[in-house]
Amino acid sequence: MENSKVNSTEPRIGVFVCHCGVNIGGVVDVPKVVEYAKTLPGVVYAEENLYTCSEEGLSKIKGAIREYGLNRVVVASCTPRTHEPLFRSACEDAGLNQYLFEMANIREQCSWVHSHEPEKATEKAKDIVRMTVAKARLLEPEEEAEIAVADSALIVGAGITGMTTAVSLARQGFRIYLVEKEPEVGGLVRRLNALYPTMSDPAEILNPLIEQVKSSRNIQLLTSTGVTSVRGYVGNFEVTALRGKTEELKLNVGTIVVATGAEAFDPEGRYGYRRLAGVITQLQLERMLRDGELGKPKSVVMIQCVGSREEGRPYCSRICCMNAIKNALIIKEKSPETDVCILYRDIQAYGRNYEDYYKKAREAGVIFIMYDKDKPPEVSRSGIRLKVSVVNAFMHQEVTLGADMVVLSTPLVQHESGRDLARVLRVPLGSDGFFMEAHAKLRPVDFATDGIFVCGTAQSPKNIPESIAQAYGAASKAGILMASGKVRAEAITAMVNEEICRGCGRCEEVCEFNAIGVEDTGGAKMTAKVMEAICKGCGVCAVACPTGAITMRHFTTKQINAMLEAALTPGRG
Amino acid sequence: MTTEPKIVAFTCNWCSYAGADLAGTSRIQYPANVRIIRLMCSGRVDPTWILKAFELGADGVLVSGCHPQDCHYISGNEKAEERVNSTKRLLRLLGLETDRLRLEWISASEGARFAEVIKDFTEKLSRMGPTPFRSKRGV
Repeated sequence: MENSKVNSTEPRIGVFVCHCGVNIGGVVDVPKVVEYAKTLPGVVYAEENLYTCSEEGLSKIKGAIREYGLNRVVVASCTPRTHEPLFRSACEDAGLNQYLFEMANIREQCSWVHSHEPEKATEKAKDIVRMTVAKARLLEPEEEAEIAVADSALIVGAGITGMTTAVSLARQGFRIYLVEKEPEVGGLVRRLNALYPTMSDPAEILNPLIEQVKSSRNIQLLTSTGVTSVRGYVGNFEVTALRGKTEELKLNVGTIVVATGAEAFDPEGRYGYRRLAGVITQLQLERMLRDGELGKPKSVVMIQCVGSREEGRPYCSRICCMNAIKNALIIKEKSPETDVCILYRDIQAYGRNYEDYYKKAREAGVIFIMYDKDKPPEVSRSGIRLKVSVVNAFMHQEVTLGADMVVLSTPLVQHESGRDLARVLRVPLGSDGFFMEAHAKLRPVDFATDGIFVCGTAQSPKNIPESIAQAYGAASKAGILMASGKVRAEAITAMVNEEICRGCGRCEEVCEFNAIGVEDTGGAKMTAKVMEAICKGCGVCAVACPTGAITMRHFTTKQINAMLEAALTPGRG
Repeated sequence: MTTEPKIVAFTCNWCSYAGADLAGTSRIQYPANVRIIRLMCSGRVDPTWILKAFELGADGVLVSGCHPQDCHYISGNEKAEERVNSTKRLLRLLGLETDRLRLEWISASEGARFAEVIKDFTEKLSRMGPTPFRSKRGV
């Protein structure tokens, strides 16, 4: 900049107070606030605007920066959550670092909420301007570092979800490492006999997908491989993987997708499982049906919600109802004489065509009996057969059923390797054990950690179309980062004063992002170092620091103290 | 003017500040005695600031962040809770009512709740009367 005053250290603050039409000006005495602002230390210029965010208002800011050599700008108007970027870029246009700008929210947090008290609103607006100017005096220019994003991705899990993600990203031209812990790909779907509600053979959808994975030049498939460590951050992850028992692999990737799926809950000890012959799980039944080992049983009883919707696993596993109905229909088709009875708590038939499928099972003669959670069925041996007693929740009457086979519908649960991966990636698991996305509604496939995504049943139980939709979601989110090739790092990060830091490591303990750590830098003592590309700027470490060595850019301790003084001691400005 | 309690509110950027904004967008009226300091996370609230606010004559301090599990920074709100609780113990030692320090989870969609909290806090603080520190400072 030609103007030597810009960016100089002595504060020269310009204050622009917005009428926002009548939104502010109709309640707050704006000219009075402008006159008051002029009296505040550091303020060299103040004016009022009908709309500061208008083309005219913005050019007035730019003009005043040049004309009055402003090196800090305060706009007193609406919330920074919507208009801050606009005013920041106006400052940048005039050669002022965007972090030398600060907003005073006198609309949402003043005129709009005190519209019947104009005098009090005016006093409050003056207070807010005074607090903002106090912070503005201490603002520092900040830079947002640009981080390069490598055009390669690690996808963990080669089930239907992981393979879909891999193929999608490979087609977009990215290099993919597809890591699978098992010797074979296909995950849980590979173990199924048929898929609901189409009754199709899983191989029909798995085989073409496997073919695409194996024939893609962009995909390197690594089976019998586990991820053992991940270092770095978005754009530059250094991954260590172990293939077999000994072969260590080093992979550098820009993004990571977790598609590790889930496993079926083991109902050990429930309803005589592993104790009574003939008590099996739905997965075991799938294998029998596939291998043609069903025979002609007289009666099959299925029990739903075995291990789900109870303490410890309070969630509905979403797929078990339809899966039981599917297997009941298959049994009825193969052996129409067989009685099939499903003992359920509630039937979840929420997907497209699912309700018809449920109706079809009823029409085929499958019997549905509702039981109460507090009165679960009891399974015992009766001669060479099994006996199931259940209280019908509608009739409040006990029913006893003879059974040759009792099939337990158990929920999907997180597996041990998923829990290990969560630790390696430092991403959270929910209280249900599944990977927890960044936001339950708005960010369903993101983690709070940039560059790492989740999809499929790793995130929660879901059916195949839902898993595939998430796979495409994760692929496109990862693809956006890799296609642009760069990301902007947060400018609001922690700063360590190495002279005061004594290397105790409290900051490292409280940081959720592993963005700060005590390092031996070869000096006289160990000190904390901030990895600025990973730091999110929450400030938790700054408070944890016992020596006060850490502060946050743009929210420094000095700035907040100045705001506090301004808020509570009007006289001192 | 002198009897109206002074409240300093530390709000996180993502939930509670946005909740306060929504109170405005919804035109929900609440007392004009609160001064909001926006931080990125409630986990940034340093107990020394809370003490400083009381030292400077604040009658009440509100720390407000995202609901449990909703923190933009995973667990900053949990840290805030621990710190508010330990600061309350300090207030007791200083002879100040612990109810003068209040922790609330207010989401971006809870504009009405933000207004309600300010109203309720103001009423409670009015009943308590001005902080003893205020008269000492002569404010």
